[in-house]
Amino acid sequence: MRLFSIFKDILGNLVKGPVTRNYPAEVRDPFPGERGKLVIDEKSCIFCGMCAKKCPANALTVTRQPKEWKFERFRCIICGACVEACPKKCLSMVPRLAEEPKAEAKAKEKAE
Amino acid sequence: MSMLVPFGPQHPVLPEPLQLRLELDDEKVVSAIPVVGYVHRGLEKLAEQKDFIQDTYLIERVCGICSFQHSMAYSMGVEEIMNIEVPERANYLRVIWAELHRMHSHLLALGLLADAFGFENLFYTIWKVREEIMDAMEATTGARVMLGACCIGGVRKDINAEQAKFVLEKLANFEKDFKRPAEVILGDYSVKERLCGVGIIDGKKAYELGTVGPALRGSGVAKDHRMTGYAAYGKLGFEPVVENDCDCYARTKVRVRELYQSCELVKAALAALPEGELKTPFKGNPLGEAAVRVEQPRGEVLYYLRGNGTDKLDRLRIRTPTFANIAPLLNMLVGCGLPDVAVIILSIDPCISCTER
Ligand code: SF4
Ligand code: SF4
Repeated sequence: MRLFSIFKDILGNLVKGPVTRNYPAEVRDPFPGERGKLVIDEKSCIFCGMCAKKCPANALTVTRQPKEWKFERFRCIICGACVEACPKKCLSMVPRLAEEPKAEAKAKEKAE
Repeated sequence: MSMLVPFGPQHPVLPEPLQLRLELDDEKVVSAIPVVGYVHRGLEKLAEQKDFIQDTYLIERVCGICSFQHSMAYSMGVEEIMNIEVPERANYLRVIWAELHRMHSHLLALGLLADAFGFENLFYTIWKVREEIMDAMEATTGARVMLGACCIGGVRKDINAEQAKFVLEKLANFEKDFKRPAEVILGDYSVKERLCGVGIIDGKKAYELGTVGPALRGSGVAKDHRMTGYAAYGKLGFEPVVENDCDCYARTKVRVRELYQSCELVKAALAALPEGELKTPFKGNPLGEAAVRVEQPRGEVLYYLRGNGTDKLDRLRIRTPTFANIAPLLNMLVGCGLPDVAVIILSIDPCISCTER
């Protein structure tokens, strides 16, 4: 019968230091291919509406007259279906939804 | 004299709203009446309004834990109606992500169970290990839980050699890091005191009440839908994990052993990953009906789909494992003490949002 068998780990944790990152001063690099948010290169868009047709969350509305491509970011579930559907390859996914606080800037602030 | 005590819907051990009206005689539970329906989202109805390809993403959101297996079950259903042959590589990739999902789900459940009997430190330790699996999923698909990797006819993402190496690294980390928490949860006196002999349901009763998943296998019944060999399970030599003690401890032990088993399955699938296409292109709309079962971390899920030849489904019905496990849960609760109620509920690993969809 083992009693207090977690104590070994607790003592280890006391001397080891934190296992979490010191966020936001220290930010992990995103994995390649991480789906953070949808961006469009509007110059090459032909307003065909394929993306809006495929979108499961009705986040996109495309009209030909006037030429308009509208995106409701808060409806988007970041699935990437529109990126696959676009014939002109003008949609893409970039990692991270929001700008990360710049790690260096934070470090500098600290040093000053 | 008996009294009625409402357990939930807001209770510190319940991650999701479920109410059990407990009829108590002093501190002993005489009977329990479940009340579900607090988080009904109407997803089955919504699925009838979107087209069947968009539904893949919607169905993934039925559960926030085993999401990949939901989209996999749905895709398998449409594939059955439309006679789509899934490429071999896609089947192996589906197994890999499904098993990674099982691992993160079991780690989550073990952590919550530890939390339910007041062992916070164990809870943190287990969830720390879970991050390794989350990283493996994020590196291969670009998201932590809503992988979006499954589609009708195959998969949307691939695992290249570099990613495979990363996954193997993470699995090695898991094996190393999980050793200690596993020793504690299976061997420590204080844990055994809370789990052994609590919430007993014998194999025959469990089977009769339609129990599924680790709750059934913990009662000595070797039933696991992966035994039928869907996707690539048939080629990976799958054997179900069974324990015979019928109590909360047995169910916990099944989960711990299944974690190692899933780890081996992912490794085997990565080693045997065949080259080839990722998905089979298809045309047309589903016409006909299909019922598909898939083994999820909590047990067997049942999908019924009926297509009418248009791009919208006529009917989609989902019977989730937790729903099947509610009746056995009520049976387990009878005769236990009030302090054990939380532990017994967490021992079936309830997922309420997917039960109510
Ligand atoms: S990522 Fe998905 S939800 Fe978002 S706009 Fe594209 S298709 Fe719609
Ligand atoms: S599919 Fe591409 S080209 Fe067509 S409207 Fe959408 S973004 Fe523009």
